[in-house]
Amino acid sequence: MASGAIVTVTGLFKKFKDFAAVDDITFSVERGEIFAFLGPNGAGKSTTIKMLTTLLQPTGGEITVDGNDPANRKDAVRKSFGIVFQDPSLDDDLTGLENMRYHAILYKVPKDIRDERTAELLKFVELWERRHSLVKTFSGGMKRRLEIARGLLHHPKILFLDEPTLGLDPQTRNHIWNYIKDINRQEGMTVFFTTHYMDEAEKIAERIAIIDHGKIIAIGSPHDLVARTNTTSLEEAFIALTGSTIREQEVSSLDRMREMGRMWRRQR
Amino acid sequence: MSTIYILWLRQVKKYFRARSRIVGALGQPLLFMLAFGFGFGQVFRQAGQGDYIQFLGPGIIMMSVLFAAVFSGIDLIWDRQFGFLKETMIAPVPRWQIMLGKTLGGATVASFQGLIVFLMALVIGFRFHDPLMLPLGALFVFLVAVIFTSFGVAIASRIEDMQGFQLIMNFLVMPLFFLSGALFPLQGLPAAMEVVTRVNPVSYGVDGLRGALIDSSVFGIATDLLVMVVLAVVLLAIGSYLFEKIQA
Repeated sequence: MASGAIVTVTGLFKKFKDFAAVDDITFSVERGEIFAFLGPNGAGKSTTIKMLTTLLQPTGGEITVDGNDPANRKDAVRKSFGIVFQDPSLDDDLTGLENMRYHAILYKVPKDIRDERTAELLKFVELWERRHSLVKTFSGGMKRRLEIARGLLHHPKILFLDEPTLGLDPQTRNHIWNYIKDINRQEGMTVFFTTHYMDEAEKIAERIAIIDHGKIIAIGSPHDLVARTNTTSLEEAFIALTGSTIREQEVSSLDRMREMGRMWRRQR
Repeated sequence: MSTIYILWLRQVKKYFRARSRIVGALGQPLLFMLAFGFGFGQVFRQAGQGDYIQFLGPGIIMMSVLFAAVFSGIDLIWDRQFGFLKETMIAPVPRWQIMLGKTLGGATVASFQGLIVFLMALVIGFRFHDPLMLPLGALFVFLVAVIFTSFGVAIASRIEDMQGFQLIMNFLVMPLFFLSGALFPLQGLPAAMEVVTRVNPVSYGVDGLRGALIDSSVFGIATDLLVMVVLAVVLLAIGSYLFEKIQA
């Protein structure tokens, strides 16, 4: 593996019962790079991110994140990354500031740095004026911005973003990517993201891995992938590589429960 | 330490922000005290058992603590549902600290609920016998709160949705309350009931609180206290163990 790699994945394998969600993948992400992980629904993107971020135990293979193995040195790995999950992960009954404070304390950010950095980040994502409002009064875009600010609070070396712009309007998407690119440039922070918006990946990612049925089927710069498939855009290249069959995703009990929860919230 | 504190603080803040829920949770104990207290008061007195409000007060206080505790433990399900649990699970802190903070927060909230019911009981006519025994009563309340918040956390670590929760409430928590001696004296019961009430931990909590508040205890305060402390430790351990096992 290259010496400048912050994430290395070798022969990674994850089996659920007899289904291989991630099937022997190998790749690495360079320090300071913006790396996109693309694939149809159920291809294994989120499963890989979960293994990289200590939430799932791999069945086989090796991972290092900033030099540590997420399976054995969980806390060291946990300190090194920030994450914005696919689903919201804020406490709606706390204010924006309280959500930030909670995170800072869990990550043991010293108090003086904590206050300064919280103010700086909340201003950066333009939520400083709303810091005392409960998160449940925030719009989808505001919540996402708050999650990004929170993910950056402990100065992570790498930021994982799992479909960070899902369901947001183009203005907000644009806004969010501008922040992320800024921080990537200013602090040399590595960014690892997944998305279904091909234009987004094409514009932002320096390198892209395309995963399907648990295997990496192509890896390279957006330009490479387009050239390799003789197409004119990443979207076409993506379809050329992964085919045009529509993937059905099984609904988990957790998804059903989220649905119930949303109904319940509305009734309150 | 700071991890436990912030988890505790979160639980307490959320409680005081949900005022409608606080008020809602007081309806049931009030109803029980009025309906049973005054409804059965005459029968109880004629049976030579004395003032039923005095007897019932500690039982209803423990009822509200029991329900509030199980609820605040089980609200872990909501954390999981709304995704907040993941934020906590990937933090670089030991999980047992998270569990302990959450449990102590939930137990504080449940104890506070018990305090409000105690004040309500005073308004209705309940009288405690010795102010110096009040701290001991508070200790029993807090121990029951810790036991059943841990219990709630343990359950919530294993079930994924709210359907399972209904099952637990109807087949575990309700029986724990009704078969605990909260509503009736523990002496002179049919043999089967006698066994059930004696293996039910809530019996010891209610008995201990009665000992502290109205100086009437069947098992003896020392026994009650011992049972409660041991159970609190055991359930905290089980809760932590199951909490560690959660795959987010």
